[in-house]
Amino acid sequence: MNTKRCVVVDYKIGNVFSVMQALKHIGVNAELTGDLDLICNAERLILPGVGAFGRAADQLRALGIDEAISDFITSDRPFLGICVGMQLLMEKGLEFGEHKGLGYFNGTVEKIDLQNNNCQSLQVPVIGWNKVFEPVESRWEGTPFASVDSDNAFYFVHSFSVRPENENEICALARVGNGEVVSAIKRDNILGVQFHPERSSVGGLNFLKHFVEQ
Amino acid sequence: MRNLRLIARLDVKMNWLIKGVQMEGWRKVGDPATYAKFYAENGADELLFIDVVASLYDRNNLKEMVEKVASQVFIPMTVGGGIRSVADVTNLLACGADKVALNTAATRDPSLITAISDRFGAQATVVSIEAIRGDSGGWQVMTDNGRNHTGRDVLQWAREAEDRGAGEIVLTTIHTEGLGGGYDLEIIEKVADLVAIPVVACGGLGTTAHLSELLQKTRASGAAIAQALHWEKLQLSDLRSTLSNENCFVRPI
Repeated sequence: MNTKRCVVVDYKIGNVFSVMQALKHIGVNAELTGDLDLICNAERLILPGVGAFGRAADQLRALGIDEAISDFITSDRPFLGICVGMQLLMEKGLEFGEHKGLGYFNGTVEKIDLQNNNCQSLQVPVIGWNKVFEPVESRWEGTPFASVDSDNAFYFVHSFSVRPENENEICALARVGNGEVVSAIKRDNILGVQFHPERSSVGGLNFLKHFVEQ
Repeated sequence: MRNLRLIARLDVKMNWLIKGVQMEGWRKVGDPATYAKFYAENGADELLFIDVVASLYDRNNLKEMVEKVASQVFIPMTVGGGIRSVADVTNLLACGADKVALNTAATRDPSLITAISDRFGAQATVVSIEAIRGDSGGWQVMTDNGRNHTGRDVLQWAREAEDRGAGEIVLTTIHTEGLGGGYDLEIIEKVADLVAIPVVACGGLGTTAHLSELLQKTRASGAAIAQALHWEKLQLSDLRSTLSNENCFVRPI
């Protein structure tokens, strides 16, 4: 396995230390870079992200990384978006106004709806560990989720969640309060997860390992 | 299903894990990184590090320790103590902290909360409130481990912190801290009902019954635990069983 070409996109947006440390811990010598050629030519690409959708999207465009990601994605190699890095894959985000996303998935990123959730103890941001589940049988086949136990837990911290228009693109769900939120989306070689595998202990590290080895 | 986080709180002074009573009389416990790893492996959901003398001496020296912990522990970490600027936050996040806890500097200049929240997101911006029960009712906001009065009211300050962009509140009640006699449920309940962001209770957990009370009587999102774990009065497994019995989600380890 040549793991040298796992590239983590550096777009000066926030905390990438823990992603790099987690990869290092599972024996992956990943490269943290904003270099467009290295991003295009990576064997697999990870787009991390924290903070606000609009700022992150602007930053990707300002650095020309949106184009590099587009070139990478058309090549059919494995792509993983984490948290805001997943939300950016949608058409638009509704955090502090309306912002254009990268548009790989039809649908929006919207505030988690407390009113309709009807749950007294729920607070936003939703912070904590939660179990993810498969929306329909065999949806996890051929994805890093194939290795995930039904008794699992990943660490989430988010106020917004993705709403893909195409239900077939929903790869995993999580129960939040009395409702459900989309916790992973997938189409072809593009995978996005709302949770932080790099902060999800052994289960999260295993997930990353399977992404890198797929 | 209710979801409440068990947060191991580690107060640190000069690279030592220490523990006091009512934020005084600190005693050395051990190496913070060793304890952090042990708690993470035994089911703590998060870690909270506070440099207890940082703001007193105008410094922030947790950086090395945070980096050491973050390279071997893969659960979320909040770091506080002596954070005075956006640059301080940039440094701490760059060495592996996921969130920062603001206290003294925020009470002096509340716009710091907004500046940090705008730059790094509400999810990274925690406001730590040290509360003390006043003589004439009400709760007052203190700083520097209960040494100094700020003249602020806890409920008003909690609301202001939320309005200014905090994504979480850690509420420590000084009069119950380190005693193991239970949380001050009254103020925790009031703050958790007032704000829409998560509230972490801190100060006083000594038995599993205290965790049950917190769950039953308040909307707290997290329980911070320090002395009960450090002095091995309780194991995380005890607290996890309690959560399970109270029909809360417990992460598999």
